[in-house]
Amino acid sequence: MVSGIRNFVRESLFSSEQSHYNGAVEQLEALKTRLLRELPGTRIALVSNAAVPSQGSLAVPPSDARAVARWLRDTPDLRLDFCSNVTGVDWPDRDEKVMVRRTVDGIEKEVTEVQHRPGYLEVVYHLYSVALGGGPVILRQRTSNRTTDVEVASLTPVWRSCEFQEREVYDLFGVRFSDHPDLRRILLWEGFRDHPMRRDYVPPDDYEYEPTPHDEVLERAQRHRASQEAPR
Amino acid sequence: MNPAAAPRTFEVRPSPDAADPVHDGSLLEVSLGPQHPSTHGVFRMDVVLDGETVVKLKPVFGYLHRNHEKIAENTSYLGSMPYTDRLDYFCSLTSNWAYALTVERLAGLQVPERAEYLRVITAELTRLQNHAAVCGFLLQDMGALGTPLMYAFRERERILDLFESLTGARMMCNYMRFGGCRCDTPPGWLEQARSVVTGFGAFLDEFEALLSSNEILLGRTQGIGILPRELAINAGISGPMARASGVAYDIRKVDRYGIYDQFEFRVPLGDHGDVFDRYMIRALEMRESLRILGAALQRIPAGPVIDPKAKLRGFRPKPGESYGRIESPKGELGFYLISDGGPNPWRYRIRPPSFINLTILEDLCLGRSVADAVVILGSVDIVLGEVDR
Repeated sequence: MVSGIRNFVRESLFSSEQSHYNGAVEQLEALKTRLLRELPGTRIALVSNAAVPSQGSLAVPPSDARAVARWLRDTPDLRLDFCSNVTGVDWPDRDEKVMVRRTVDGIEKEVTEVQHRPGYLEVVYHLYSVALGGGPVILRQRTSNRTTDVEVASLTPVWRSCEFQEREVYDLFGVRFSDHPDLRRILLWEGFRDHPMRRDYVPPDDYEYEPTPHDEVLERAQRHRASQEAPR
Repeated sequence: MNPAAAPRTFEVRPSPDAADPVHDGSLLEVSLGPQHPSTHGVFRMDVVLDGETVVKLKPVFGYLHRNHEKIAENTSYLGSMPYTDRLDYFCSLTSNWAYALTVERLAGLQVPERAEYLRVITAELTRLQNHAAVCGFLLQDMGALGTPLMYAFRERERILDLFESLTGARMMCNYMRFGGCRCDTPPGWLEQARSVVTGFGAFLDEFEALLSSNEILLGRTQGIGILPRELAINAGISGPMARASGVAYDIRKVDRYGIYDQFEFRVPLGDHGDVFDRYMIRALEMRESLRILGAALQRIPAGPVIDPKAKLRGFRPKPGESYGRIESPKGELGFYLISDGGPNPWRYRIRPPSFINLTILEDLCLGRSVADAVVILGSVDIVLGEVDR
């Protein structure tokens, strides 16, 4: 089966021009408008980024996420074929101070009020294009709360690179991905309780404790002994 | 068991293999690892075998998991810098750089030119020693015990000596800072580096003359573990592994981070995507790194190595988020940071290349023998400090 020495392509295939998509705010807005036109009925929100303006993101509801992801991957002038990074973010419930206009004693004035902002879990996808060299386009999916409805759409059917990373988000944040082919814990062991990357996670003081068959046997033996010693 | 612990119920799930034909005796389930010598650390492959052929393979890891991300979210930005050394303990300098790059983007810091040169020099030296060691380990997995690995480690040790005299540590370098590097080179370091780089070229010639046309190596690697180009892109495979499958993607060329646009180098690409191409791509990349190093060591300017305005203590970037990535020797190493304006990052995420490169391990090994699976794993180039975090 030895086919001998091979030749390798050794010339650079990278063009010197800048990629067509560099994440500028206008480009992201144009992308959103185009998505709304091409995929009518989807709800997309822009999330701006104060620190790095060129890394703003698109928030899509889980019900539309897979259609949007497919469109981003297959549109000929975008071809975001490389889903680089998938991660979760936990935003717990928060009380925020906001300034509102209220009429107090017949006079309208600005007062500070505390508003409750319910928390949610967020999954962030960083997309690049290997074919055209653009990116990153950042997608965000949000759950409606942190406890009862923690399901978002898995994008593993679109990009295989999400497979292990979504398992990691499930493991550490407790986000459930619908239609993921193999949603199991990946870094922690089966039977681990809770999700340690949540902001309100409290580590147990005995976290090295794992149940073993030995414990069950011990328990049975103790029950047996107790039943033997009990007065008849 | 801790007797003082409160009683607790644990969710017990059926094994995913419970309904498999393993249990009727026609197939054999073998657990390779986590102590197997070929698993490159505490890594386990759950392999189902039909005779000697792999019919199912599930990678199992997490034995080194220490929740690095949670620890980093509870410490200051700078406090995580020494901890990034422990991610990929072969390549601490590139991990430092990826983290520093992301924080610099988040906080809008500038890096002086001499520091950029020092970053390129240390990163390319890191690439040399990583690729040399990986090629040595790969041959070790094929049964070439000792010689190639020891040749590679001899060269690696010369580079680690350079790191030690520059940073004070062989492997846990902790060298980059936000806005530059921690210290300037000691007297005579650049000359020493030049002589190491010259010597490395001769080592590569010797190494390749010994191995690259060796018939046993060709027989054990060519046509084994073929990764198709489309799958490589879709599965997020990066670094030498993707380029061996013909994916023209090198972040040094695509993002032009640092000062990589000032150097001339080529990006080798493979046609077949098998283990041999992955081996050869690494050998060819080492030659390109030597070109970059030659130019960088010649052109490095004098000047400061850290922006004097960069704050080390009380560092609080403004709210926002940033994703930064570099071409580490293993692939795309990314950091994702969210700042809420406080002294600690609100979210700190690492995109580990070797973790994601393991996604397609099963696809590569199906239908091959156990001996091939070991070689294929060797060609993926994983470091468990980074996979498990």
